[in-house]
Amino acid sequence: MADALLRLDRVTKSFGALRVTDAVSLDIPRGELHALIGPNGAGKTSLIHQLSGSLASDSGRIVFEGEEVTGLPMHARARRGLVRSFQITSILPRFTALENVALAVQSRSGSSFRFLGDAAREARLNEEAMEALALIGLAERASRIAGTLSHGEKRGLELAIALALGPKLLLLDEPMAGAGDGESEALVAILRALKSRVTILLVEHDMQAVFALADRISVLVNGSVIATGQPDAVRADAQVRAAYLGEA
Amino acid sequence: MQDLAATMPATHVASPPDRMRLIVPAFLFAALALAPLLGLVGAERYVLALFTRCVIFAIAALGLDLALGCGGLVSFGHAAFIGIGGYAAGILTASGIDDAFVLLIVALAASGVFALATGAISLKTRGVHFIMITLAFGQMAYFVANSLKAYGGDDGLTLANRATVFGRDLLADNRSFYYLSLALLLGVYVFARAVVRSRFGRVLRGAKENETRMQAIGFNPYPFRLITYAISGMTAGLAGFLLAEQSEFVSPAFMTWQRSGDLIIMVMLGGVASLDGAIIGAVFVVLTEELLSGFTEHWRVIFGPFLILVVLFARGGLLGLLTGRRHG
Ligand SMILES: Nc1ncnc2c1ncn2[C@@H]1O[C@H](COP(=O)(O)OP(=O)(O)OP(=O)(O)O)[C@@H](O)[C@H]1O
Ligand SMILES: [Mg+2]
Repeated sequence: MADALLRLDRVTKSFGALRVTDAVSLDIPRGELHALIGPNGAGKTSLIHQLSGSLASDSGRIVFEGEEVTGLPMHARARRGLVRSFQITSILPRFTALENVALAVQSRSGSSFRFLGDAAREARLNEEAMEALALIGLAERASRIAGTLSHGEKRGLELAIALALGPKLLLLDEPMAGAGDGESEALVAILRALKSRVTILLVEHDMQAVFALADRISVLVNGSVIATGQPDAVRADAQVRAAYLGEA
Repeated sequence: MQDLAATMPATHVASPPDRMRLIVPAFLFAALALAPLLGLVGAERYVLALFTRCVIFAIAALGLDLALGCGGLVSFGHAAFIGIGGYAAGILTASGIDDAFVLLIVALAASGVFALATGAISLKTRGVHFIMITLAFGQMAYFVANSLKAYGGDDGLTLANRATVFGRDLLADNRSFYYLSLALLLGVYVFARAVVRSRFGRVLRGAKENETRMQAIGFNPYPFRLITYAISGMTAGLAGFLLAEQSEFVSPAFMTWQRSGDLIIMVMLGGVASLDGAIIGAVFVVLTEELLSGFTEHWRVIFGPFLILVVLFARGGLLGLLTGRRHG
């Protein structure tokens, strides 16, 4: 697996006495949809924080496209194509949905140190933003103020923003959380369509979605990966059943 | 449908609707352009001096509004830039250089350099820390000005004459000086509006609203804020230059922390991040100060409670009250 897109090498992080990430090593090859599952408080979000750069690890290495990114801030990793979404929706609530996404397009197209010209009227930015919104089924909501969207629509907007960045690796932290049944199904369909284009690390509690989508699954319990493998193998793993699936 | 939406402007809720965008400033600038007519009924010299002060502080308040309103950078040291602009004019004039362009360029450069140097450090902090550190830098500048013995120390420095333009004393006339100041205010206003709507301004506004989100899409807010701080400081420096030229005097009193507080009040009172509000707030504060200080030197005792009422009951500031809309 020398060509892993993302490689974690004994990544470790403690909050005081709590070892939230315990020597996690993991390889994610290009094109894979890798699901990360585990009970509440297992440390999934904390790991996403470390991979995206919003939380510094205590030790270990994170290698993206063969280059170490361990010390890079979040914005630098995003520029390299290591893009995340948030478990707790993080958008610009007073901007329109379109502008939320257009800013992501702006981020990767040309300099933002331009002081003249109306950014909100840049057709090229808006067109690409509309494409991302349309992909998520939010095209009709484009001119709405993002803060007034429904919960499910905000989740979709998160995803549209991430997609508009043209990511190489998407770190998705519970994209279905709080979405209704219909919305969940739509999101699964969207992710299935995305799979062929972008590598994805998916944190998700919705087991139906996970087993429908994942190429491989890792199970995180108390900060440690206790199993990694094909969905069927993970489902059959006795340790996993005891630690996690059995509870559900 | 898709093409239509793509060419449609994405409206930002913090900005008033299109119609309002021009009505308020058109009215404001027309009123300011006509203000000298009040001189027909009263002492023209007094009227011009008062409104020139209004316009000059409107320039400084606009500068602060870019940082505070659009960038979320609550600088409590902006009077320092006014002082630096003023001292640049005063010191050069004292050394026999009085060409307006030279003075202006030096004033802008000096305040810009001070903004970059202090901003580079201040912007490492957030919230109350940022307020305190900008206050500290402001006080530092104040004490340096006090210690400039060669330039009058705490007594200040009188300018021998106003700046000249191509060797001619075009600025000596108070009416010309007023309209020059007004033209500069218009220029600053147009520039500030362009900046707010530009790509740069959009990143700045985004970072004020949700810094983590902006970092997650690949923006480092720091350089955007630093440049904004520099533009903001230079704008206040321009105001300082004009203030020194108008009064033909500059002193450490230009840069007290109370003055920095007044600037924040102007911005908050008018309506944060609306630009129009900064002008309204500045004019209002300068006129009110003039009016109330005629009755009592403790004018702030009256002004203070009024301020609290506006902040409590008119969240969009005076502009919000006037237009029935809530901003920022
Ligand atoms: N900043 C912090 N300081 C201290 N403890 C923290 C901090 N952030 C998270 N924790 C703790 O670390 C543990 C792991 O949290 P984390 O959010 O990573 O879990 P998770 O697997 O994402 O859970 P969930 O499925 O509920 O989202 C929890 O016990 C949490 O309370
Ligand atoms: Mg979580």
